[in-house]
Amino acid sequence: MADTPKIEISRRGFLKGAGITAATGVIESANAFARDAKGALHGAQTIGPDAQPIKLHINGHELAVSVEPRYTLAETLRDNLGLTGTKVVCDRGSCSACTVWIDKVPALACMTLAVDAVGREITTIEGLSHGDTMHSVQVAFVKHDAMQCGFCTPGMVMSCAALLERNPNPKLDDVKHAVSGNLCRCGTYPKVFAATLDVAQQRAQASGLVNLDTGTEA
Amino acid sequence: MNKFAFVDCKTVDQVLGQLGDGAMVKAGGIDLLDLMKEDIVSPPRLVNIRNVDSLRGITISTDGLHLGPLSTLSEIASHPEIQRSYSALADAAGHAATPQVRNMATLGGNIMQRPRCWYFRSSDFDCKKKGEGSDECHAHNGENQYHAIMNNSSCAMVHPSSTAVPLLGLGAQVELTSKRGKRMVAMSEFYVPPEKSVVNETVVRPGELITSIFVPAPEPGTRSAYQKYGEKESFDWPIADAGIVLVMDGARCRKASVVLGVAAPTPIRSKEAEAVLVGKTIDEGTARAAGKAAMLHATPLSQNGYKTQLFETAIYRTVLLAAGQMQRDQSAVG
Repeated sequence: MADTPKIEISRRGFLKGAGITAATGVIESANAFARDAKGALHGAQTIGPDAQPIKLHINGHELAVSVEPRYTLAETLRDNLGLTGTKVVCDRGSCSACTVWIDKVPALACMTLAVDAVGREITTIEGLSHGDTMHSVQVAFVKHDAMQCGFCTPGMVMSCAALLERNPNPKLDDVKHAVSGNLCRCGTYPKVFAATLDVAQQRAQASGLVNLDTGTEA
Repeated sequence: MNKFAFVDCKTVDQVLGQLGDGAMVKAGGIDLLDLMKEDIVSPPRLVNIRNVDSLRGITISTDGLHLGPLSTLSEIASHPEIQRSYSALADAAGHAATPQVRNMATLGGNIMQRPRCWYFRSSDFDCKKKGEGSDECHAHNGENQYHAIMNNSSCAMVHPSSTAVPLLGLGAQVELTSKRGKRMVAMSEFYVPPEKSVVNETVVRPGELITSIFVPAPEPGTRSAYQKYGEKESFDWPIADAGIVLVMDGARCRKASVVLGVAAPTPIRSKEAEAVLVGKTIDEGTARAAGKAAMLHATPLSQNGYKTQLFETAIYRTVLLAAGQMQRDQSAVG
């Protein structure tokens, strides 16, 4: 996208958010659409069938886009907003390559209509990094060589990062469960598990020793 | 996908006012978008119910469990009281599809899924289930390894809903609301088998909306479990799944519900298996006999005879799991 929005989420804010999510635990993570959609349409309001302007909250920014109701969030992110980090593979909800967070919960962009995401807080893989500084899960994926062709990687990272937000001390089975929907045909799973557990361990060590705001996990 | 209008509703009244003229209700949207992408359905209007607050929420009261139809499978699977008192339902919700799907898919949508049959799900095939112009069931003479092994003479589809299996075993009821009022339908009456109507899959009438799902409080001594078997550990449809509800009087079984998921076109209870269990002490022998009894009247097709063995095993192991005599099967899904 020509005018890439500046990511405003601060590392401190991100980690604070992680703590809060962890405290409230499972129920918070159970419904991608539980929260009232602020700014969503009021009353029985009809959109379409022709393209209409909507506003989406993506990675901390409000972005205007004109779409038909039949456009999925994945198509809108990639084709209309240039956020091509979100991948589309099966386009049927089977492979989870298109995983984004909707209101902090991992969800499928290919099975979400863009018009249904109005008023929701969307986080894509582009929203995880902080400028040129990669998210700790991304750093660990590089360190552990947790990708081969790389096509499943954005979705895989979104699943692992969400797990660490709600459970800072996951066990191997928790990581397996978190990526059980993410299909990797290269078979990188063991390295994905190692990378995610490594981040958890580093964070646990860092929380006792160093200021997390320095963000230097690598 | 066809072009359509999207109507976002906030109240049940708004939803009811939008039904008709081919409009389809959208909750989590997982099955509906799948069907639309495959050109199996092409509704001119989607009525979005996901933002109708009154359709959300899980309430436990003395009479039982009240589930808003917008409860996600994740919410149901992770609910401590459902895990404790309605274990089979938590098991079924927690082992469907993938974490991402479970975060989006709703209970109402789960029980309203269209059947699984790759001929039905492909726009390249007409069949009698699709209504127009064909009297064929391609599964009968074609590829049928995942199809029904019971009640399959008319149409060999299977219903994919995992949650429908424990809901049937636990005696759940579905509240349907239309402009004319509400009615309660027992889960045992909810699905319409193809020998009654090959086109209507449920008793939900045009203009009706699922507004609640009620599961009566279990009797003292009730234990339940659900296990699903598939080809993959994750994101796969069951090829055999069993929901077992036992009311125990000490070691003796006083009442039993044995529900089979994808054995027939709709979830069914096996009276034969239940008769084996009731009045007996639950042990490996009775559990195995129940599995055998459930398959007495199986009529497998050319490629799915293996499913009878799989169901016998699923029932035997899930009876013992419900009775607390066996751990969750490592070879089951999830």
